[in-house]
Amino acid sequence: MDEKAIEDVAVKLLRMAVTELPKDVKKALQRAHHEEKSEAGKTQLTAILDNVELAEKTRTPMCQDTGVIIFYVKAGAKVKNLDTIEDALCRATRRATKEIPLRPNAVDPFTQKNSGDNTGRFLPFINWEITSGDSLELTVFPKGGGSENVCALGMLRPGDGVKGLKRFVVDTLIKAGAKPCPPNILGVAVGGGADITMKLAKRALLRPLDKPNPDPELTKLEKELYEAANMTGIGPMGLGGKFTVLGVNVDYAHRHPASYPVAVAVQCWAARRASARIHPDGQVEYLTHEAM
Amino acid sequence: MATYKLRTPISEQDVRKLKVNDTLYITGTIFTARDEAHHRALAFHKEGKKLPLDLQGLAVFHCGPIVKKKDDKWIIVAAGPTTSTRMDLFEDEFIKNFKVRVVIGKGGMGKKTTDAMKKHGAVYGAFTGGAAVLAAKAIKNVKSVEWYDLGMPEAMWILEAEDFGPLTVAIDAHGNNLFEDVQKSVETTRQKIYEKLGA
Repeated sequence: MDEKAIEDVAVKLLRMAVTELPKDVKKALQRAHHEEKSEAGKTQLTAILDNVELAEKTRTPMCQDTGVIIFYVKAGAKVKNLDTIEDALCRATRRATKEIPLRPNAVDPFTQKNSGDNTGRFLPFINWEITSGDSLELTVFPKGGGSENVCALGMLRPGDGVKGLKRFVVDTLIKAGAKPCPPNILGVAVGGGADITMKLAKRALLRPLDKPNPDPELTKLEKELYEAANMTGIGPMGLGGKFTVLGVNVDYAHRHPASYPVAVAVQCWAARRASARIHPDGQVEYLTHEAM
Repeated sequence: MATYKLRTPISEQDVRKLKVNDTLYITGTIFTARDEAHHRALAFHKEGKKLPLDLQGLAVFHCGPIVKKKDDKWIIVAAGPTTSTRMDLFEDEFIKNFKVRVVIGKGGMGKKTTDAMKKHGAVYGAFTGGAAVLAAKAIKNVKSVEWYDLGMPEAMWILEAEDFGPLTVAIDAHGNNLFEDVQKSVETTRQKIYEKLGA
């Protein structure tokens, strides 16, 4: 696969992601705005929607925190030159930082020096998945710091079980309060291990809000957690109101008999993601946005 | 709930008129400062060094903007607020020493800051988190950038704003804190939610 073509698609996806919300998120925000009864909450949602519209129209990043750049790559086993993709995505990140522009958000944790171009050790971060076939699916997921700072991992006791999980989600949300720019989307996962459950929770944020969980039991749990979250009264931007979350997405892995790891990945209202599939003949299919 | 339009430098008297839930727009000079700029400004103060500008009566904006340079001139692209609680570490000293009158951010601030606002006369104006394009629209000019060695987000950007807002007065100079009120009422829902979830 052509390295330059991958780089170009990645830059385009970054531009799409930071300037235009996916349709499902926009729709959920509009619905929240329509149904929000709290005056303070409604004012915040109005500002959010005005801002989203303005960002889209002027092709400007909707939020100044354009996040840490994360890619999810589903690479067909038959894709050629797989070893060149990482470099292509790094180049795309540097280019996007300059061209869009994105805020430089990669800081050395020891010297506190900002690299200036969103690249650094392990950044951009790439999640790999090998699939069958010969096409490449690229997802960009710029993740803001405010919501990231309230993500939580709970190493619960197996005896706490699902009840413990529910409490942990509620406690995490209440502790987060206004900080993660609500209305939020929650990715919740259980099982695996400390790293596995957090990875699943974060990946769950990629599932569109209007796409149901394939597991009906989990759909039920998602609905329960959604209603619970919106009973807290935290509301848009923590100024009080109904809409604290726009959705809850749950995933799981089997667990060790002695462990019950639960992760809550918190996403701000600016739930930015964009995906495309690149075919071996060079054809590009945009999956979340209209081609720009 | 009243709407106020204030121009910098803002006097203590003006800022004491504001009450929580009022709406505020600011015209004049606002400057950005996050963790690093707060830290450096206070270190300068301790060492008796002069700051790049006199902060009295100005508004400090918890913001790490995206800025681009065009023909040697800085232009603000996106400039929404960052989470203010991180600055609770320094804000009381900052207000006391520099006499800023408005703190702009998101998510609210804690008791130490609320007390300092009451004592020295300052308010907290909440701007919608993430609404970076709306904020940038109200910024007419970048007067200068100081301490750029801290990196683009952490540097001190001195900005000329026109009707910057709407800001919801969420902490006033009388000890009222809207975010704490919401938090308290949220806390009362916890047990009810556990019960509903059977947890």
